[in-house]
Amino acid sequence: MPYSDKVIDHYENPRNVGQLDESDAQVGTGMVGAPACGDVMRLQIRVDEDGVIEEARFKTYGCGSAIASSSLLTEWVKGRTVEEASQIRNTDIAEELDLPPVKIHCSVLAEDAIKAALADLERKQQDTGAAADRQAAS
Amino acid sequence: MSGAQLPIYLDYAATTPVDPRVAEVMMQYLGPDGVFGNPASRSHSYGWQAEEAVEGARTAVAELLNADVREIVWTSGATESDNLAIKGAARFYGAERGRHIVTSAIEHKAVLDSCRQLESEGFEVTYIKPNGSDGMITPELVEAALRDDTCLVSLMHVNNELGTITDIAAIGELTRGRKILFHVDAAQSASRLPIDTQQVQADFISLSGHKMYGPKGVGALYVRRRPRARLQALIHGGGHERGMRSGTLATHQIAGMGEAARLVMQQREADAEHARRLMNRLTGQFEDLEQVFINGSREHSVPGIVNISFAFIEGESLMMSINGIALSSGSACTSASLEPSYVLRALGVEDELAHSSLRFSVGRFTTEEQVDYTAAQVRHAVEKLRQLSPLWDMYKAGIDLKSVQWVEH
Repeated sequence: MPYSDKVIDHYENPRNVGQLDESDAQVGTGMVGAPACGDVMRLQIRVDEDGVIEEARFKTYGCGSAIASSSLLTEWVKGRTVEEASQIRNTDIAEELDLPPVKIHCSVLAEDAIKAALADLERKQQDTGAAADRQAAS
Repeated sequence: MSGAQLPIYLDYAATTPVDPRVAEVMMQYLGPDGVFGNPASRSHSYGWQAEEAVEGARTAVAELLNADVREIVWTSGATESDNLAIKGAARFYGAERGRHIVTSAIEHKAVLDSCRQLESEGFEVTYIKPNGSDGMITPELVEAALRDDTCLVSLMHVNNELGTITDIAAIGELTRGRKILFHVDAAQSASRLPIDTQQVQADFISLSGHKMYGPKGVGALYVRRRPRARLQALIHGGGHERGMRSGTLATHQIAGMGEAARLVMQQREADAEHARRLMNRLTGQFEDLEQVFINGSREHSVPGIVNISFAFIEGESLMMSINGIALSSGSACTSASLEPSYVLRALGVEDELAHSSLRFSVGRFTTEEQVDYTAAQVRHAVEKLRQLSPLWDMYKAGIDLKSVQWVEH
């Protein structure tokens, strides 16, 4: 399988590999895929008070294109607002990495990962918001 | 590895290089000054000499199987041999002896697809699943699958993905006792194990030139004479090969396969010993890695093929980081289907472990230096990719991956 130079670059020098504290209210975690399907992505983002993503980390079990898609995604979301990050589409990733048709699912998984991370963050912030409201009311 | 050829070839189960001694023989049958005649030409010496070469090669292949020269039919390769044996025998005997066929779920596609074709012609096929994770298709499993209307059993001698050996001698006893035809696909085993048709009651045996240091595009089918096994031809034409396979014989390829067979007889044991030493050296270098599993029985397998799962990393990315080494992955992620190997699946290997598997196969020209380089590269890649793997983190944190609700896509 011929890979594009960009895929190889991300695969050989993956950006932002690692883990953020899942319990942090400012951290959103998205884990998508399944081992049986051959790919699992865990993407984490941390936002500041203004809803800007200040950090992103990933770990991926999968083929080179899956690793590259998630690595690229962490680069892209950093410095963006939550709103902007939610606009990232798999087609942007596939285009940037020159993914062949059989690897489009890797970019789809990356889009799913950022969506899942954002949803997790929103849920957490609603919870803390509700908790703060309760605290204020009592 | 200064000066060595890269990538290192560790895919001998896919194909072997032509032994230089074989290539030299083949060259004699090509050019205008060579023996290029049509072996079927009866009217001049070009034809006679070509026929002599073909018959010399037939003798060599017959000797390899301890068979009679009249029992060897030239084909284009093991795929054609499998097709001819299975479809040819089933169509010949089906009406008389019954329309049930027994094979296994871990056969080569040439066998499985031939059986599928016969299903569409009204045959019933039983696909035996190996008993447990050792991948063995035992005589007991075969016996349990036999019926009164079984006309044919088709099994491979050595599995191409696992290297496991089927007890064809015991299965041959079973089938012969019940007048059932027995086809053995020996593509992987012919260069590695002795096969004696005086001892093994097989009726058909498929051989491949390019898995035994001969050329691609040529193979043979052994068709037993006593008791006589018969089949319906698939390719019709000039009535070559006793009517079982028409078409002008490819003299240079056949001569090459004959020479390859002679070399196998000379050095099969030395080759096996070489492969055993190299494989032990390779697997020994993975022993201290956690969560590394060998697929299929080690006890009943040939030394040249080993299939290893490196848990928590995916096969294709593993291949990508060892691109200095040519081998096969149990993950078919390169195809659109994303299906892991059907062979590993049939063994009950979980999908994620099947996705994480590599098949290493060594052979006559593999060196210790190549094996050491491979082991070092694989170790490095496994460690790197596990650092990238969320599954490895979870394993290390003591999380049972089976307890996780995965978001399948």
